[in-house]
Amino acid sequence: MSTTLLLVQTLNGLQFGIILFLIAAGLTLVFGVMDFINLAHGVQYMVGAYFAAMFSAYTGSFVAGLALALPAALAFGLLLEVLVFRHLYDRDHLDQVLATFGVILFLNQGVKAVWGAAPLFVPMPSALSGSIELMSGLLYPVYRLAIIAAGLGVGLLLYALVHHTRAGMLVRAGATNAPMVSALGVDIRRLFMIVFGFGAMLAGFAGVMVAPILSVEPGMGDNILILAFVVIVIGGIGSIRGAFLAALLIGLVDTLGRSLMPNILRLALDPSMASQTGRAVAPMLIYILMAAVLFFRPTGLFPVKR
Amino acid sequence: MSGALLREEIGTGDAAPRPAAALRRHVPLMLLFLTLALAPLVARFGGESYVLSLLLRVMIFGIAAMSLDLILGYGALISFGHAAFLGLGAYGVGILMSHGFDGAFLQLAAALTASALFALVTGAISLRTKGVYFIMITLAFGQMLYFLATSLAAYGGDDGMTLPRKSLVFGTRILEQPFVFYYLVLACLLGTYLLCCAIVASRFGRVLRGTRENPVRMQAIGFGPFAYQLTAYVIAGTLCGLSGFLLANQTEFVSPAFMTWQRSGELIVMVILGGMGTLHGAIVGAAAFVLLEEGLSRITELWKMIFGPMLVLVVLFARGGILGFFRRGGRG
Repeated sequence: MSTTLLLVQTLNGLQFGIILFLIAAGLTLVFGVMDFINLAHGVQYMVGAYFAAMFSAYTGSFVAGLALALPAALAFGLLLEVLVFRHLYDRDHLDQVLATFGVILFLNQGVKAVWGAAPLFVPMPSALSGSIELMSGLLYPVYRLAIIAAGLGVGLLLYALVHHTRAGMLVRAGATNAPMVSALGVDIRRLFMIVFGFGAMLAGFAGVMVAPILSVEPGMGDNILILAFVVIVIGGIGSIRGAFLAALLIGLVDTLGRSLMPNILRLALDPSMASQTGRAVAPMLIYILMAAVLFFRPTGLFPVKR
Repeated sequence: MSGALLREEIGTGDAAPRPAAALRRHVPLMLLFLTLALAPLVARFGGESYVLSLLLRVMIFGIAAMSLDLILGYGALISFGHAAFLGLGAYGVGILMSHGFDGAFLQLAAALTASALFALVTGAISLRTKGVYFIMITLAFGQMLYFLATSLAAYGGDDGMTLPRKSLVFGTRILEQPFVFYYLVLACLLGTYLLCCAIVASRFGRVLRGTRENPVRMQAIGFGPFAYQLTAYVIAGTLCGLSGFLLANQTEFVSPAFMTWQRSGELIVMVILGGMGTLHGAIVGAAAFVLLEEGLSRITELWKMIFGPMLVLVVLFARGGILGFFRRGGRG
């Protein structure tokens, strides 16, 4: 394994981790503040990607598509909140899991009914297509670098919002003790709605960003949702900082694991055996990591203090 | 005061049901099993093996859902990875068969042992966590096994593998006969039901229900929840392994799709749909799910667009599932 390939895979891992963070940030806030498990968070990501596909095809420009898809994703999230989710905040986790599972079933087929079952492709904005030479011999697609930059930007923005604004202070207070915040005269329902809408928009943003590099298809949010859950559980539910670090960790472990595992095993096993075992073990790595973290720290790495 | 109540429940169990209530409870149940037992005879006149295969699915998923109900309904352990055991049972058949071990007993033993061991190890880790962390960690273990199965190229990988035949019993192909297999599955369902009833009614079952209501108080009166919950988790996993063994034999096919997280979700749906914490509710829920899936998918290919909102409505408005609905109807 050459250094170049290692660097490329590291960048890929970072990019994947950034996308995971965008999804997990909303999920961990919604869970931390409202104690609400939203399995349907993954479909927000899918819907964001579909909106990007629709609007960029309609306007002929990715940037215009992005500008239209974000408010659409926000509106869609708020619509779901009003129709279904707000009736579930007082229910137990099992009810929340079931009802949001029903929402997933509906929306996965819903996008099929509206946009068809065939995957859609979103053209890459021409300004960001092509590759850039980072080092001698290391070419890397500009668009993926743009994803990393955009994700880091959003992460910083989120940090500023949560830690340096009044709304952010209420969100942090809500994550620590929601009933107390409510008792102090804050309209907790409105706070919930803001957090929820914001989380939905972040997931939608992630969907828009990956639309040009992945195919947009029904069910695309399902597996990434599970990864986002792994992220927030490892990071500690309710913690943005934990979600950020865990997302990068998961992105790197998963991406590097898949490319390095066979090579590492080759030191101990014969080549065909090593590549076979490597392929089998690599996708399990992050789940093993999660089990290990929860075994030693049952509330994650950065638990929100209660 | 409530402490005294709790002790009474653990000591003597629920108050003995009045005969009328017992009758009301048992008659529908006996009707259910009687219907399942007579169905092949009726179906033979109709000449439809389709009905039988549908009922087989109902019974097999009934076993799986019932095993989940044991921990979900009686232990309040929301396992979101229960389909893993379905897969373990099925792969127990598939892997052994691909190496030429065709015997049903050996395969069954392997399927159950693998399920029990997996439940023991993952349960011991998962039960250290609580609440939503437990949901997530069981989900993660389920996914882990799913990805392992997709990467087993020797055993079909993503696509799964078709089995050459059903398992052999003492070298004979007796399971290939539809009626024999049907009644075997029915016997397994009945056996699982009776076993679960016995477990729930036993002292162990009462302690388990106690941990569901209030783990702290159970601890205070001298029952550490962990051992009881872990035992229940292992029993549930093993029983679900049985259902996986039967599923592989019914479909003569094994695939990672048996253990997707969506399948785990469907098992929870079955338990809730029928009525959580009732055991036979799981059979009713499995029947409702399989028949709804079948019926709705005949109306439209996009049947989940109908089923999804139904699920949301059931959660929002129909607490206690189908059995709860009938019970309320009977009282009112």
